[in-house]
Amino acid sequence: MPRLDRGGGMNAALPVAAGSAAAAPAASATDAGAAYDARWQRIMDCVALRQPDRMPVAFYATFWLARYGGISCRQLMYDYEATKAIAERALLEFEPDACGPLVAMIASGRSLEAIGFKQLQWPGHGVGENQPFQYLDREYMKPEEYDEFLFDPTGFYLQKYLPRVAGAFEGFDELPVFPGLHYFRLLTGIRAFARPGVRESFERIVAAAEEVERFAGHAADFVERARGHGYPLINGVNAVSPYDFIADYFRGATGMMKDLFRNRDKLLEMLDKASVFLLRQTIATARASGNPIVMIPIHWAPDAFMSPKQFETFWWPPFRKMLLGMIEAGLVPMPLWEADCSKRLETIRDVPPGKCIYWFERTDLVRAHEVLGDVVALRGNLSPSVMTTGSAADVDQAVRHLAENVFHKGGRLILDCAFGVPDETPVENVRAMFAAARRYAG
Amino acid sequence: MQDLSGDERQLVEWLADMNEDEALGLARRMLLEEGRDPMRVLALCREAMDIVGKRFEEGEYFLPELVLAGEMLETIGAIAKPLIQLAPGEAPAKLGKVLIGTVHGDLHDIGKNIVSFMLDINGFEVRDIGIDVPVERFLEEIRSYRPDVVGLSGFLTLAFDSMKETVEAIGAAGLREGMKIMIGGGQIDETVRGYTGADAFGTNAVEAVNLCRGWTAVAA
Repeated sequence: MPRLDRGGGMNAALPVAAGSAAAAPAASATDAGAAYDARWQRIMDCVALRQPDRMPVAFYATFWLARYGGISCRQLMYDYEATKAIAERALLEFEPDACGPLVAMIASGRSLEAIGFKQLQWPGHGVGENQPFQYLDREYMKPEEYDEFLFDPTGFYLQKYLPRVAGAFEGFDELPVFPGLHYFRLLTGIRAFARPGVRESFERIVAAAEEVERFAGHAADFVERARGHGYPLINGVNAVSPYDFIADYFRGATGMMKDLFRNRDKLLEMLDKASVFLLRQTIATARASGNPIVMIPIHWAPDAFMSPKQFETFWWPPFRKMLLGMIEAGLVPMPLWEADCSKRLETIRDVPPGKCIYWFERTDLVRAHEVLGDVVALRGNLSPSVMTTGSAADVDQAVRHLAENVFHKGGRLILDCAFGVPDETPVENVRAMFAAARRYAG
Repeated sequence: MQDLSGDERQLVEWLADMNEDEALGLARRMLLEEGRDPMRVLALCREAMDIVGKRFEEGEYFLPELVLAGEMLETIGAIAKPLIQLAPGEAPAKLGKVLIGTVHGDLHDIGKNIVSFMLDINGFEVRDIGIDVPVERFLEEIRSYRPDVVGLSGFLTLAFDSMKETVEAIGAAGLREGMKIMIGGGQIDETVRGYTGADAFGTNAVEAVNLCRGWTAVAA
């Protein structure tokens, strides 16, 4: 098993250990290795609540890379070589202390197409060639299907969920019900595999898997190139909270909100179940990636989205269970708390100290530091409006504010934008962000 | 509302307290079995929604309550509306007209839909023109609908520029006179409001209602 103490790794969709590709040429392999170690140490010092030698800055971007590289959003998703080259160029220009798995996060166009993915509209597939992908919030599981899922999640996945979310799986709705197959019933049970729809599904899935293998190879190649230049990945894989998993990918936003009243007990049961299989999956993929830090985008925790009581009943307990399980497995959870989560801070403080990075999107980091500074490292959070509509001087002052009021006040801050570099950010504002970080915090 | 009977008060309370099964059962009985005035029942619903809105503003209620309240009202409305027999000119007066849509390039609609619903149940006439709305479509709709307020919604950062283009085009077409523009969405703040040239921004549906109330009250 790869060691879980270094910043390699890839996206959750691609839990393949990095390390097979040759390292890209660097000025000096020794220098790059030392730089890599120093950068990774800065991140891990923050996690352990130790003072790093300077404020680390992370680089996380998706469609902004298209703007930076002068290609379309569609090309960024489809042209592996161009995307790797642009991401590599960005690392060499900005010299971040760590970066997201830039290629794994964005170059998924061919794989999505091969699998017939239905939950997303992406450039050239539902949105314009120069627009970012957008998730389609829908009801992918009906309220009356809770019982079916709870009784047999795998069966529900095979026959209902997968055909709904990806065209390649559409033939699976003809698959037999596996529990109960036994003795000679096994023979009749497998007849469905001879049906044309099922055969076609398998053929499409194999073809899609081959594309995903190519995608994974390119993503791993980028990780190795970054390593060759001395840049670690800040996270290897992604995970999801149990509540968000059900809200986003099964019940849809409004369905989930109604379930808080109408299907309370079944929802609680599904949350409990999801916390177990999501944890198992997260540990397995993170270990395969060789990187202990797991990014967890958080969609449904914001203050406005539910009451404190609902948060403490539905959202937080199954997620905390996952966090503790990940920590016990030697992982470093890095939730990205989207929107404003100011009213959640006291609740989410309840984790072991020195084990997590909390990335905040709109929550005031000064306040977050006051409440959480002795428990977690912080990441973030230059506002999208300043990054996209402000001047370089505005960005400089925003960085200065965070350096002076968080990092120099003892906050273990990893500077970043609120949710990576917004797609429309002028390049000079990104330059200003990195320059200001060095100017005000080493 | 004054002079509520016992079961009328009960309906308002159940709706406001999110007791869906009880509230819908009572509303059905009042409308379908007892032949109560559907306009009166809808007025009770609005009374309940005032309470829901206040509880939202006071931090007791959140989005899930607004969504469930919307569902309950939709169900009652679907029963009540076919029963309404209005004489000509008897249509209930509206506070003002609001045109709302998600700007071009953005496909998000949850926030917009909640704002539309809250405006509707608070007495505004709302025309919701959907998602990914081109600038030209906004102009056409403004010309034909003559709204008092235009609401531009957007969740993605690309919406900043789409909103700015839309606001500028409305101005350039000479349609801004006597009309207000509000923007809203997950990333919207005062910086974005200034950038787009909108009159105001809101971060939730109740703020949108309050903005519209303020503007239409002044106009009236």
